[in-house]
Amino acid sequence: MATARTSYLRTGLIHLALISYTLIALFPVFLTLVNSFKTRNAIFREPMAIPTPSTFSLVGYETVLKQGDFIGYFQNSLIVTVVSIALVLLFGAMAAFALSEYRFRGNLLMGLYLALGIMIPIRLGTVAILQGMVAAGLVNTLTALVLVYTAQGLPLAIFILSEFMRTVSDDLKNAGRIDGLSEYAIFFRLVLPLVRPAMATVAVFTMIPIWNDLWFPLILVPGEATKTVTLGAQMFIGQFVTNWNAVLSALSLAILPVLVLYVIFSRQLIRGITSGAVK
Amino acid sequence: MTEADNPFEAAPIKRPARWHILVFLAPAFLVYTAIMILPLIETLRLSLYNLADGQTVFVGLANFITLFSDPRLSASFWNALSNNLIFFVIHMLVQNPVGIALAAMLSVSKLRFATFYRTAIFVPTLLSFVIVGFIWKLILSPIWGIAPGMMDWVGLKWAFAPWLGRADSALITVSLISVWQYVGIPMMLIYAALLNIPDEVLEAAECDGITGWSQFWKIKLPLILPSIGIISILTFVGNFNAFDLIYTVQGALAGPDGSTDILGTLLYRTFFGFQNQMGDRSMGATIATVMFLIILAGVSLYLFVIQRRMRRYQF
Repeated sequence: MATARTSYLRTGLIHLALISYTLIALFPVFLTLVNSFKTRNAIFREPMAIPTPSTFSLVGYETVLKQGDFIGYFQNSLIVTVVSIALVLLFGAMAAFALSEYRFRGNLLMGLYLALGIMIPIRLGTVAILQGMVAAGLVNTLTALVLVYTAQGLPLAIFILSEFMRTVSDDLKNAGRIDGLSEYAIFFRLVLPLVRPAMATVAVFTMIPIWNDLWFPLILVPGEATKTVTLGAQMFIGQFVTNWNAVLSALSLAILPVLVLYVIFSRQLIRGITSGAVK
Repeated sequence: MTEADNPFEAAPIKRPARWHILVFLAPAFLVYTAIMILPLIETLRLSLYNLADGQTVFVGLANFITLFSDPRLSASFWNALSNNLIFFVIHMLVQNPVGIALAAMLSVSKLRFATFYRTAIFVPTLLSFVIVGFIWKLILSPIWGIAPGMMDWVGLKWAFAPWLGRADSALITVSLISVWQYVGIPMMLIYAALLNIPDEVLEAAECDGITGWSQFWKIKLPLILPSIGIISILTFVGNFNAFDLIYTVQGALAGPDGSTDILGTLLYRTFFGFQNQMGDRSMGATIATVMFLIILAGVSLYLFVIQRRMRRYQF
């Protein structure tokens, strides 16, 4: 009996601790979303209250949509993120396949070379990256961001994907070879479909830092036409510091896509982490 | 792309040329080399050059000597470095223990709602710095009164201060905001490591009467040490290359009075200039090189000293 009671107590305490921390984690997000739907007075008078019919207002969102070109920013972020992820997955999977499938001289060295970027942040090369982009005439183009993010995402993608590709059965690939499939067909038609779960994990890991990055948009593409959501929100907030409705609405708009994607992909992300993809 | 372009593939291959290997490797190799490795090397090289009469000339280590001896520059450099160290220490002391504790609680078997807790606690990690920085700025602002209001509930209103605006507390506050954001990463990695401990090991421990608290300290903790090593080095690299959160919370000047200035913000101001300070490419490259050396030293220490001494258990 005594042990049963202590274990109830223990479970209760664990729940209490986890609930408290969950509240700490979610409270700021909740506060932002809730207050973005309230009138200016209500935001200040009762910041913690849920909007009621009398305090409900969309004036912040109206300001945001009128003043900032948020649709354009979303489009830029989306293009950059999607194209970068596609390139990281394609190039990363190809390189991972070459490294895990074939034995050739320099294989290990090439693997180490490509893995360097996991530990050394690409940001340290910013001075020369900017110089190169200026020389290539790519400043203020989305191409510049896509190139940088592709390079940034490749090392981890290659590392994770080659671990997974080692688990694809050799017999299957050899059967394909006997049937006369070319090496390219083996890669695209046999191996790629089998590592799809790993690709999804890599896609999620690659997406978060790209969508949220502020450094490279600030440096490489500060122009109005090429601003990303993160940079656009930052600039917008800077201009409208005192307009709390607008600021909170801009923040909510920036949170929303990430939350939606997270809800869709969270299983994949957590399965990827717990299955040892990043260990 | 010919064979000669790629030193690794140029070596004589016994079988007939296997071009497909080259085709598979080339795109990743080219993009990675051109956008990441070459600029990094170029940045390191630029730190040895400076402008003189509009011409870029080789100056050896003169930039580094200036960085360490010029009274204004060296003061801001040492200030940024020591702030960065404090930033890192706070992460190691708060973020990683809290992450480990959360993971340990989540991994208790048959815990209900574990998936929900895990999903919710990871949310801040996904948010961009712009959002995180601004939300916390609003919450901690004395104007809105969320933080003082909540402290009033628990009778602590007297303890409230505009922490972000005071030079003696701003750095700690910003570090804690960053901890709040990133605690999900150690939590997830440690959680995964805890799940990978085989049940037989834990059952054997239970047979020997080691349960609960002592089981965590005596059995689980030693087994997850390699993962703790990994999160430490990830924290180190992340912290010494941080920029965004400080920039969004305190601006490029990392105020008040430079009290939250870290190497990332110093690099940004030095390279691009800010307000009446002119941008300086060579000095920017010099600071980037110093950051590179610091990160390289940390990673090498981890790879060659810590990781080798750590025992890995294979199940």
